[in-house]
Amino acid sequence: MRTYLDFEHNIAELEGKISELRHMSNKGDMNIASELQKLEQKSIKLIEDTYKNLDDWQIVKVARHPDRPHLLDYVNEMITDFTPLSGDRKFSEDKALIAGFGRFRGRSVAIMGQEKGHDTDSRMLHNFGSARPEGYRKAQRIMDMAEKFEIPVISLVDTAGAYPGLGAEERGQAEAIATGIEKGLTIKTPFLSVVIGEGGSGGAIAIATADKVYMLQNSIYSVISPEGCSSILWRSADYSERAAKSLRMTAKDLLELGVIDGIIPEPLGGAQRNKKQTIQNVADKLEQDIIDLESIDKDKLVEMRAERFLRIGRN
Amino acid sequence: MSWLTDLKPKLSKLLGGDDNVPENVWLKCPDTGMIIHKRELENNMYVSPHSDHHFAMPVQNRLQSIYDDGNYELISSPATRDDPLKFKDSKKYTERLKISRKKTGCEDAIILAYGMVGGNPLVVALFNFAFMGGSMGSAVGEGIVKAGEFAIEKKAGFMIIPASGGARMQEGIISLMQMARTTVIINRIKKAKLPYIVLLTNPTTGGVSASFAMIGDIHIAEPKCIIGFAGRRVIEQTVRETLPADFQTAEYLENHGMVDMVVHRHKLKDEIAKILDLLMIKKK
Repeated sequence: MRTYLDFEHNIAELEGKISELRHMSNKGDMNIASELQKLEQKSIKLIEDTYKNLDDWQIVKVARHPDRPHLLDYVNEMITDFTPLSGDRKFSEDKALIAGFGRFRGRSVAIMGQEKGHDTDSRMLHNFGSARPEGYRKAQRIMDMAEKFEIPVISLVDTAGAYPGLGAEERGQAEAIATGIEKGLTIKTPFLSVVIGEGGSGGAIAIATADKVYMLQNSIYSVISPEGCSSILWRSADYSERAAKSLRMTAKDLLELGVIDGIIPEPLGGAQRNKKQTIQNVADKLEQDIIDLESIDKDKLVEMRAERFLRIGRN
Repeated sequence: MSWLTDLKPKLSKLLGGDDNVPENVWLKCPDTGMIIHKRELENNMYVSPHSDHHFAMPVQNRLQSIYDDGNYELISSPATRDDPLKFKDSKKYTERLKISRKKTGCEDAIILAYGMVGGNPLVVALFNFAFMGGSMGSAVGEGIVKAGEFAIEKKAGFMIIPASGGARMQEGIISLMQMARTTVIINRIKKAKLPYIVLLTNPTTGGVSASFAMIGDIHIAEPKCIIGFAGRRVIEQTVRETLPADFQTAEYLENHGMVDMVVHRHKLKDEIAKILDLLMIKKK
């Protein structure tokens, strides 16, 4: 069962009709078959038109779409011999952030990112993709190991934000994020990052201080959620739509602002309509970059990474 | 700014009052409710003589209180582009900047200084909470980068004194990037083997606490100042449980291993001077 967003009302109706007809055409009526073809073309056109002109608030909704491919979808599709590692060796395991090693198109990689889950049980298990300090510390442990074994690191960012809880604060959420940023900036191994859905503030950048940072076409990356911004600056939750626009959080905005290195295209109608194609687009981009970055001297790579961030916002 | 503040000078003029009489001469100690004269507070380093409550300290007083004989030079902070997003909420961001500049006489929320502390050179990057809540945008980030570079050039210790609610929302993703940019310069300070001290003051939260403020060699905090990542209200709404009364205070963080020491303002200078002298690599 497909989940439709509010602005996809017309698409939902049309696709509903198509699936009804398809059901009937199984009985072999030629008239229905040609009608079906017409409707399918109309539907493609409608999706194209809708997705060509998404406004910022609609992009926020697509970025949070429950059917979008999540971290484990990527891992299953593009990584073989995946070996997830548990725990920060200090306090506990945190399943909001998955990290481990595996094989990506023939080479060993470290891969990590937040997993939001896809149904009630898995969402609870992964804490909706909001990591605690232990998740960020586990990520750092994996980054250290990747550096030691000369393995490139891939991070896939998808979180509403780091978890705001009593225990998380007690155990140093701020410190865990800060040292995550620091670790990412200093590891002497290629580091690539892709925002695949939501890039929620400190919880996102904690695993995204990479050599190259990309965003999927309909993902978002921001210092605060539009809802949070609305409630703080307008003192009301009613201005989320305006806040989304003001904050400039879309991939196109971030490319213009010089914060990211490129936009990875999504298939027609968004990543949620074709997970396989989306993941392939991401994998193709990553493979090429890993090859390029592996040829750079390690000290120089770290220096270039530092300069990459220092350049942001300078004229 | 309420209508009252606008009205007050007009009223006093009408009543033949003297405009030169400074406002808010009397302050209330939040712990005891007792009244303190502003001069008395100033002479006591903005610490309540009744309860040891640490008030926010004006930036000049802060710098004077740290440097030897109160002597320091200011380092100019690089100009950055105002309003990279063309941000507007109920007011234009450029308008907010204008108001804050007028109010504080500062370009942005950070001031950079250089001088001697206990005979050792120290660069200080000091937040000005009065400037948009000390929030961190590109000017603050750039200031910290500049201060760090200056410290490396002078082979000086580096101290940041945050007083900040966190990222400056009006600069969106550019403000988030300051978390990485400031960390870059701290890494260079560490590589140069110069001591990096963070003096946490009230408040140090959000993106500021989750970047340069939590990666110091030494974390000193002023008594009872608030330090944390997420805001208390946000946490209460998320976990729906009552938080401890001392939650996110300096003392709480010290107990949880995130802060090295909580130091009374009267003893700060000596403590900083001592640490700096212990850690600075001396030419033999």
